[in-house]
Amino acid sequence: MVGTYLFKRLIGAVVVMWAIITITFMLMHAIPGGPFTEEKKLPPQIKATIEATYHLNDPVWVQYTDYMKHVVQFDLGPSYKYLGRSVNDIIGESFPVSAQLGLGALVFAVIGGVAAGIGSALKPNTWLDYIITFGSTLGISVPTFIIGALLVYWLGFVWPIFPVALWKGPAYMVLPILTLGAQPMAFIARLTRSTMLDVMQQEYIKTARAKGLANWDVIMKHAIGNAILPVLTYLGPLAAALLTGSFIVETIFAIPGLGKYFVTSIYNRDYTVILGVTIFYSALVVGFNLLVDLLYPFVDPRVTMEEEDES
Amino acid sequence: MKLTDDFLPLRAHGTTADVTAEVVYRPRPNAWHRLKENKLALFGLFIIICMLLLAIVGPWLSPYTYADQNLAEANQAPSAAHWFGTDTLGRDLYVRVVYGARISLAVGFVAAAINLAIGVIYGGVAGFFGGKVDRLMMSFVDILYGIPLLLYVILLMVVLSPGLTSIFIALGIAYWLTMARIVRSRIVTLKNEEYVLAARSMGVPASRILFRHMLPNCVGPIIITMTLAIPEAIFTEAFLSFIGLGVSAPMASWGVLAAEGINSIRSYPFQLVAPALAIAITMLGFTFFGDGLRNALDPKGEVKR
Repeated sequence: MVGTYLFKRLIGAVVVMWAIITITFMLMHAIPGGPFTEEKKLPPQIKATIEATYHLNDPVWVQYTDYMKHVVQFDLGPSYKYLGRSVNDIIGESFPVSAQLGLGALVFAVIGGVAAGIGSALKPNTWLDYIITFGSTLGISVPTFIIGALLVYWLGFVWPIFPVALWKGPAYMVLPILTLGAQPMAFIARLTRSTMLDVMQQEYIKTARAKGLANWDVIMKHAIGNAILPVLTYLGPLAAALLTGSFIVETIFAIPGLGKYFVTSIYNRDYTVILGVTIFYSALVVGFNLLVDLLYPFVDPRVTMEEEDES
Repeated sequence: MKLTDDFLPLRAHGTTADVTAEVVYRPRPNAWHRLKENKLALFGLFIIICMLLLAIVGPWLSPYTYADQNLAEANQAPSAAHWFGTDTLGRDLYVRVVYGARISLAVGFVAAAINLAIGVIYGGVAGFFGGKVDRLMMSFVDILYGIPLLLYVILLMVVLSPGLTSIFIALGIAYWLTMARIVRSRIVTLKNEEYVLAARSMGVPASRILFRHMLPNCVGPIIITMTLAIPEAIFTEAFLSFIGLGVSAPMASWGVLAAEGINSIRSYPFQLVAPALAIAITMLGFTFFGDGLRNALDPKGEVKR
């Protein structure tokens, strides 16, 4: 039943989110010393005031229930480092930038990867196939920050075509999007190539050819639909990959997005920001995975919205 | 040994259909043959072995150590004295890169070994006992699967304070899920095999059946998963080092060296070349070898990530 399936998935997502919030909270409170233990000793009164303000003297489970109460109302609390700013403010300001970057990279990776994969699968063992296969193997083997550094060096310094820092318009987006999308694109290209090779061997493709369809129509109308199905399954992990990739890309290109903020808050040991942003990111990934799973049966009728058999 | 009829090639009997049937029944020698014939996979293995050798022997081939600073020779381009040049503190980059190989490869292998231990036992137990135990254990894995794990590795690193041991722990306890799933599904199919039934009916204890009879038959999928886990751990360590959560100075992994190289890319681009090449070549080695191994051991693509 579709209804029960949906219900089960939603319950599952809620359980995952609860686990995430709890684990994150416990981890942050397991750090030896409090968030305000610093090199210079604070005067006792000031320390007491600070601890009272942030309820740090309450027992952990009281802090935990307080935090949970706020989180279910989508309030992630104040930042410890930036006085007067809440984690919500920080996410609200910087996330739109990251979202632009992430979406750009997603579109680039999916379109580029699928096109490259299909291209190389249609002409297997030709120079085109070899170039694409070599490029995509290289792409999944080189860490994002090295790709970024190479792009900065060649397209930023040697031939200064694109700006290499900040986020002020379309030209500023080119290098970051290329950097962030490169690895997923290589992965998608490999995925699509192997599926497409498999699909082209199927009987229904032979049937389509036998009934006299033009090559282009066989590919566009019959093959592509099935060849990109694994790409859809990859969208969930892709979201997570883009997210963590954004930490690096935003740091390299000095983009004022959430990823850079997250990395800075790690340097600053700004625990509430780390906690809040982790929860926000996790919710994003969990939600995205849920969406992909729910959409999948519509795209692939062979998958039904029912529990898988125990096997 | 004298060859009897049974050991003669089936071609002697006539039909080609028999010959294909015989090929199917001998998976092991075939797997090795397939791997041996895949030149790219062998090349990958060669790269991995070279890197391991370099990591072990490399630091002895140079008069410097990874921590020696010499500000008078800072930021020198590659030369006879400093093969890969020197960094901003005048440390020899060759030694730092080969020393980094020790750390990066150690991270890869140790983290994968921890994943192996946890994942195999967890998945083995879940698959073997089945029923409620299985459902409970695997739904726990499903919950963890929904979590973006790298974030938790970061959090663990923040909690544990940066260092090599923390990296082992964080990567080890985060990435065993795939292994657990793969071992579990393999064990579930093996449970219906006749030799397991035979062992059971002879009264062999459960743990012995699992570890002596069933797990050795999971070796293929386990090895494939390992060849994917090692480069992933190296990648993750490089990522952590890049955002400042890696090994502490003056120790250096490839990730740390690359991050330092990127910082000075404008003035001294050569400082990035060696660590970047080291990571890329090693990763290529693992990719080639992993692809080949997968084609050889799992031609039908049953092991999913």
